[in-house]
Amino acid sequence: MPTPLAIAALLVVSLAVYALGRRRVGRLSEGQSLHSLPGYYGLWIALWTGAPAALVLLLLMAGGPRLESALLTANPPAVVAAMPSETAQAFWSDAKALADGQSTTRIAWSPDERKVLKEKAAEAAALESRIQLGGQAAALVLVLAGFLLAWPRLAPQLRARNRVEGWIGVLLALCSAAAVLTTIGIIASLLYESLRFFHSVPPLDFLFGLDWQPQIAMREDQVAAKGAFGAVPLFVGTFLVMIIAMCVAAPVGLFCAIYLSEYAGPRTRSVIKPMLEILAGVPTVVYGFFAALTVGPALRGFFNYIGSWLVQGPFDPLGQYLMAVQNEMALTAGVVMGIMLIPYISSLSDDIINAVPQSLRDGSYAMGATRSETVKRVILPAALPGVMGAMLLAVSRAIGETMIVTMASGAQARITANPLDSVSTVTFQMVQLLTGDQEFDSPKTLAAFGLGLTLFLVTLTLNVIALQVVQRYRQAYD
Amino acid sequence: MTDPHLSPAAASRLKARHAAERRFRLYGQLAILVALGFLAVLLARVVHQGYSTFWTHSVTLSVYLDPARIDRSDLEGNNFDYLAAGDLLKRLEVNDDALGLASGEAMDLVSRDIGFALLDRIKADPRVIGTTLTLTVPVKANADLYYKGQIRRETPAEDRKLSNRQIDWLDQMKREGLVKGHFNSGFFTRSDSTEPEQAGVLGAVVGSALMLLVAALIAVPTGVLAAVWLEEFAPKGRLSSFIEVNINNLAAVPSIVYGLLGLVLFINWLGFPRSAPLTGGMVLALMSLPTIIIATRASLKSVPPSIREAALGMGASRTQTVFHHVLPQAMPGVMTGVILALAHALGETAPLLMIGMVAFTPGLPETLQSAASVLPVQIFIWENAAEAAFHERTAGAIMVLLAFMIVMNTAAVILRSRFEKRW
Repeated sequence: MPTPLAIAALLVVSLAVYALGRRRVGRLSEGQSLHSLPGYYGLWIALWTGAPAALVLLLLMAGGPRLESALLTANPPAVVAAMPSETAQAFWSDAKALADGQSTTRIAWSPDERKVLKEKAAEAAALESRIQLGGQAAALVLVLAGFLLAWPRLAPQLRARNRVEGWIGVLLALCSAAAVLTTIGIIASLLYESLRFFHSVPPLDFLFGLDWQPQIAMREDQVAAKGAFGAVPLFVGTFLVMIIAMCVAAPVGLFCAIYLSEYAGPRTRSVIKPMLEILAGVPTVVYGFFAALTVGPALRGFFNYIGSWLVQGPFDPLGQYLMAVQNEMALTAGVVMGIMLIPYISSLSDDIINAVPQSLRDGSYAMGATRSETVKRVILPAALPGVMGAMLLAVSRAIGETMIVTMASGAQARITANPLDSVSTVTFQMVQLLTGDQEFDSPKTLAAFGLGLTLFLVTLTLNVIALQVVQRYRQAYD
Repeated sequence: MTDPHLSPAAASRLKARHAAERRFRLYGQLAILVALGFLAVLLARVVHQGYSTFWTHSVTLSVYLDPARIDRSDLEGNNFDYLAAGDLLKRLEVNDDALGLASGEAMDLVSRDIGFALLDRIKADPRVIGTTLTLTVPVKANADLYYKGQIRRETPAEDRKLSNRQIDWLDQMKREGLVKGHFNSGFFTRSDSTEPEQAGVLGAVVGSALMLLVAALIAVPTGVLAAVWLEEFAPKGRLSSFIEVNINNLAAVPSIVYGLLGLVLFINWLGFPRSAPLTGGMVLALMSLPTIIIATRASLKSVPPSIREAALGMGASRTQTVFHHVLPQAMPGVMTGVILALAHALGETAPLLMIGMVAFTPGLPETLQSAASVLPVQIFIWENAAEAAFHERTAGAIMVLLAFMIVMNTAAVILRSRFEKRW
């Protein structure tokens, strides 16, 4: 029986046990009062019957495929052992696909290999059913054991509600633990894969190397070409795009927030705020589309026009350069990313400015200051730490933003501060490295995890600082 | 400034100050205008580029299934497109040349659908060979673009995808009523294809829906229960403040990092299928978990303590108080947060690229574990396609995606304004 069906069956059994337990305690209580409502007795016995088995079935669902492939590939036959690792991987995935009756890859296996493939497919099918059977048998044993152990203890004086609430407490705590587990999962997976990458490329070469050319094909026996994985050009590119984005987003976003919180009346606010929320809700892939097909060509047209105007004048070289500007410049990605960040900065700053106590404003107005003077001399200085925190959060988002740079910036990594040049960013390269052909052990794919770890650590640092600042600021005025 | 109590110097200072005030106010208005202007340009561009997707042209052909030209022993090997092109040429009163160039060019005006449709009809009933079948199929993408005015006759012949002769034919077909424009229902009933005129968003919409379903089933209960524990049960101390910091940071982790987590944890370690709605849904669930927790906590916090105290005073246990009274009161706020988090997840692309969603997937996903495409990734793939006809489809798909987002956001706004209580 497939695992989801088993889970459904378990659910039905638990429901039946619930009804049974409820009825039983009702019968037992003749004449004496129950400690808890009858439903709690039913729940209590249903939990003892169903919960441990459900855990086993869930584990089976998550870990079953992995166990199966581990057992299947444990002793590879000679034909497969002789294959290069990629082909062997394709072989195993074909064996599994064959066992599941799905379409296989289009590799033409030789008759020999085909024979082994059929054998292994049969073995995989057998293994799968054996694992499933084993897990479900274990679940059945747990169901019976739980029910039989709990049934005799079902009595009117059992503190069923407290017991059930204990279970609920554990469940709630486990759900909270999921958040911590996610963090641990992120750190563990990034660290594990990055360490494998740093095994072949020294971390210092990666962090301080000036040359990024992972496209160079590497033979398996070849040590990573020195300097091919220097990430400095990517850091510079990311930084450049981020700076451009902040130049657009910081003033516009901040002024939006100031206008909305200090000048706009409630009606204007109720119109403009939802519109800014729409801007915030636009998916980043749409921004990428906008950058690639609208902003890029428009900016190129603009610069080419200026170039054609300057050419053959006193600024001829500049004109020539502007004529050759391409769509994929840092400016395009930066400007569009800036647009994306405007509502983010605006809503964060709006909250922060609103948290400045009204008494400070009233004091300033009482001294005869105009609104703009109040904003500039009183509110902004008071809100400065919070606003800085908001800016840091925006910077962290700009660094981690992927789709806009993937769709609008170039593939060539170079060290430049010129916004009209094409640059490449960390996230762009991660997408490039991981969406191509997958040979999982090559430094080329693993480099993405090195970049991912760097990205994670940098954004984490920024977030921790920003959240601290914002929080401390809030406490100061609460 | 003729105030007698004001010295001339003070009056000019005041004037300067008021001018500064007006300037400052203007900056604010400009900023708002810039932000809303960007939004308007963005939406206008998408609509301008995409509205033509919803209109397309079909051609009606009567194909004589000549028994002499159909090899019954190998039906799949027959070139039915060629037969159809022959009929088109006959209608246009053009004689094919010896090399078959004219048929070739005519074939390039009609979707390959016609070949598949003919094959299906013959497979269903071989007796149709020898009769004449009348079929309506889409025109090829380039022909469609010509009818929509995006490929023009004035463009030099070497710069456009259609030859002069093909354009003459297209005009003739239109004059003779062979071609009709109609609403492009195929865009909503078909899945991805390498041929633009046969490509639609259905597969991607279904894939997105499945993925969102998985994400919601995992993230909503986990997130809400976690928030309940943190807000109502957790002992206030180091542990709970550590978890809180943790969740706040998770909410700000770049989405692409969640993609890496999914790639390593789910695909490499646990052996989940690549590019499947199940895997994608789990990644999106992890991603939206912190947002859901934060929204739920905020709305639990806004339920006044008097509700809790009243329930406790009536003898309810803490668990009963929370689940019978506090959580139901907080539900509108929770639902608003959940919908917004899921709307955000619906538009997310980067983590899905990491788990192999870029693969070309024609057809509908059969199970949660089979390869699927999703809307935002479909947009990304089409945006990268070389054919000009895919560009309008990209914008069309964006309009579909934005429509879904607008529906979800409107639902959230309505929930918030209708049901949320102000205490």
